[in-house]
Amino acid sequence: METFVKPDIDWAALSPVLVLLGGAAITMLVPLFLPVGVRRGFSAFIAAAALIAAGVAAAILFAHDDSGRGILADALRRDRLAELAQVILAASGLLAIGISYREPGRREGIGDYYTLLLSAVGGMCFFVSANSLMTLFLGLEWFSISLYIMCAVAVDRLGSLEAGLKYLIVGSFGSAILLFGSALVYGATGEIGFAEIERAAAGGDRFLLVTGLAMLLVGLAFKVSAAPFHMWTPDVYEGAPTPVTAFMSAATKVAGLVLTLRLLTTAFGSEEELWTLSLAAIACISLAWGNLAALVQTDVKRLLAYSSVSHAGFLLIPIAVGTPLGGRALLYYLMSYAAMSVGSFAIVAARERELARPVAVSDLAGMGWERPFHGLAMAIFMFGFIGLPPAGLFLGKFYAFSAAVERGWAWLAIAGVVATVVSIYYYLGVVRAIYVSPGDLRLAPAGGSPPRDPALTTAVAAALAVTVGTFFAAGPLIDLARDSVEFLRFPF
Amino acid sequence: MITTALIVLPFAGALLLWVLPWRTSTAAGGLALLVGLGELALWVGTVVNFDFESSGLQYDAERTWFSDLGVSYKVGLYDFSLWLVGLTALVAVASIGYGLWAGRVRPGAYFGLLLFLTGATVGVFTAQDLLLFYVFFEAMLIPLYVLIGVWGGAGRAGATIKFIVYTMGGSLLMLVAIIAFGLDRGSFDMTELGTSDSTWIFLGFLVAFAVKAPLWPFHGWLPDAYREAPAEVSAILSGVVSKTAAYGLLRIVLPSFPEQVADWRTVVLALASIGLVYGSFLAFRAPDVRGVIAYSSLAQMCLIVIGLFAFNDSGLNGALLQMVNHGLISASLFLLAGTVERRTATGELRLLGGMARGRPVLATLFIVVGVVALAVPGSSAFAGEFLVLNGIFPVGWGWAVVGAAAMVLAAMYVLRLVSAVLHRDAGTMVPDAALDLRPGETSLVGMLVIALLALSLWPAGITDRIFGGQPRQAVTTRFSE
Repeated sequence: METFVKPDIDWAALSPVLVLLGGAAITMLVPLFLPVGVRRGFSAFIAAAALIAAGVAAAILFAHDDSGRGILADALRRDRLAELAQVILAASGLLAIGISYREPGRREGIGDYYTLLLSAVGGMCFFVSANSLMTLFLGLEWFSISLYIMCAVAVDRLGSLEAGLKYLIVGSFGSAILLFGSALVYGATGEIGFAEIERAAAGGDRFLLVTGLAMLLVGLAFKVSAAPFHMWTPDVYEGAPTPVTAFMSAATKVAGLVLTLRLLTTAFGSEEELWTLSLAAIACISLAWGNLAALVQTDVKRLLAYSSVSHAGFLLIPIAVGTPLGGRALLYYLMSYAAMSVGSFAIVAARERELARPVAVSDLAGMGWERPFHGLAMAIFMFGFIGLPPAGLFLGKFYAFSAAVERGWAWLAIAGVVATVVSIYYYLGVVRAIYVSPGDLRLAPAGGSPPRDPALTTAVAAALAVTVGTFFAAGPLIDLARDSVEFLRFPF
Repeated sequence: MITTALIVLPFAGALLLWVLPWRTSTAAGGLALLVGLGELALWVGTVVNFDFESSGLQYDAERTWFSDLGVSYKVGLYDFSLWLVGLTALVAVASIGYGLWAGRVRPGAYFGLLLFLTGATVGVFTAQDLLLFYVFFEAMLIPLYVLIGVWGGAGRAGATIKFIVYTMGGSLLMLVAIIAFGLDRGSFDMTELGTSDSTWIFLGFLVAFAVKAPLWPFHGWLPDAYREAPAEVSAILSGVVSKTAAYGLLRIVLPSFPEQVADWRTVVLALASIGLVYGSFLAFRAPDVRGVIAYSSLAQMCLIVIGLFAFNDSGLNGALLQMVNHGLISASLFLLAGTVERRTATGELRLLGGMARGRPVLATLFIVVGVVALAVPGSSAFAGEFLVLNGIFPVGWGWAVVGAAAMVLAAMYVLRLVSAVLHRDAGTMVPDAALDLRPGETSLVGMLVIALLALSLWPAGITDRIFGGQPRQAVTTRFSE
């Protein structure tokens, strides 16, 4: 009988996750001993500190890790891909704190909210470094369960509970498929480590392996809300508290897509024809479905939800081509997309608080002149989602299309172009509401002018700075993206 | 460095206008006008120091943007792009001045957007990297969308969406073409593009520019946009922004796709000829002032394309001269249309008339611009059109016949416009109290008219100073040196 050998533990590599878990423990317990008045400020402060510390830790690791290596008996990877993703995730979480800070709601459980946020970011940071099917599933459930509860956190609102329940059921379904897929892959190869699967793939049962791969892809597609596995997205995005929507729209995409890239390039290099084509197909379906459905939306959150489906399509293009250029494109695209997604939902949150009801596109009327900064920021995000300069997403799309053309798949780039042209209509609909439609006096803010919200405005300003900054500083950021994917073995 | 300053100055002015709080339209417009004049002065300084003997790139500057795909910030001026930059600056000054004179609500945003548009247009004319060119090309859309959407007329919502979807549909295909071309060459540097033998890439560029110019049948956005925009925005849109398309054909399509240009020449010439005649007829039938100018713009852009695709010395010279001419003519006409609309609250020709009586300045300026527009011998437009026709004649005399017929049609629609506005009995919407042009309006339109008259006296001032004197050779070889 083999004796169990305790693996060496690389504490430094785990530090981002550990810091977040520590922060979660503090925000869960300490506010219980504090007076109600300071709980919110204290929890938010601890959460922000933990996220900053995690981001800094990941950045330091990024600077030190020239080449990746497995840690914890190869269960996780310590490499720049994971670390760059962790920085983006921590930043998204930080912006989410700014948006959440003044979110109206019950004040007793406010510590729990930040606990869940930290736990979700921690789970995602763990997830992006997963190097075996076991840790993959563990990380997935870890952050998903946190998100299920976060969606339902506004317990006085029926919509929020419904969103939480819907997400729980559909999300668990996705997880179950993913788990089943993992089992099939294990059955085919007898391995759960990504690299080992790749090595054992040739000798295994190909039918089982391919079926397992397909189910893994479906499970991941659920998480990144790629069509046709996006059905939960509009309902959950609409029902969840807007700060939560802001966070998960950005962070789940980052985590899910980075892990998809890692899984496919590391474990399934041998099936490259299969997954590149399937992902290209999923990308096209997402582009078509997301953009067409967004055309008829009147609620801004639903509109942005379908926009997020369509961007899942854009983001799958660079993974689907399976080239180093595609890897760079994905990471660069995610940087600006995460900022824009958080930022646009932040503005919806601000407007929602002003009106004390869900925000329809027509409710944005006149916002550009009443709230010049929010209006301008929203307009820049919308122009940016279309892919107009000076938003980093313009270069993101340029890179994604370049990757497709370089691979020889100009048709995929053309599909992206057609989708972009369709998307102009609804994104400009938002801009039109902000600037062109005359403000309606009946839309006077509920209960007088809302209090100033410097935390949210700072978050919007930061998101805007990243959106525009990624455009001008494209050179160094693309170098970062290159460093983080260069060790992956791309099939093409 | 100077080129960068030419690009950055309007952008900086725009940022300043957006950030500072403005209580009066005069202060914001005044600052914008100062920035515009500064741009013009900078341009004059550049012309004085420009070496017209060489047709190569001058005042160039380069900085790597992102290296893995070979994209850089590279700008510079050729002798012919210099004139287009000058046109941009002059029309921008006149338009900003007109906006200042007319008074616009939310002046900080308004004048900032006008300057942003100016900066983006200068960027298009000076960019020497394909992606940078595309960035500026797309950046023009944002201010145009907001300017028309917020300050435009009653039908602005439909006009803007049509405008954006048309132009972005075209230009996104160009993006794919740019990517395919750039990846194929391994660099996006426009000075070392070389040639490509891909028809698809060629078509990607061609369609984008055909929509922007516009060329028949890609002009669906044109009448609405030109009608709904504020007068000075229409002036920039038709005077300058449409020229970026002709510039793109000249700078990218002609040099890089010589074989495809030869293969597709008949198609393009046919479309342009149809557009020329069709636009002229529609201009003749249009019920309103702006409609006449809009469709005449379509016709004139088609004529410019004919000159470009003649692809010989005379045709290229004529096309470039005509680009500057038409920029000045349509900008002045739109500003004049604006002054008429301010006085009568309508642009409908059947409600106008008799405005010459007691309004000598308006009548004089209107007729002078009109006479130049219909290319009366001795005018700069005559010189331009003559060169174009002279250039196209060796390609096929049929094209020249169409072009010459269009000159007659131009006389018809211009004279109809002039007589409908100025002559006949006083229209129902023309109040007796309607004033003549005020000094502010006179000086702004007058500035453009003086430039036109100067060009009429000395068209060689431009034609001797473009392409180093050898247009065809410059276009086919020199850009790639």
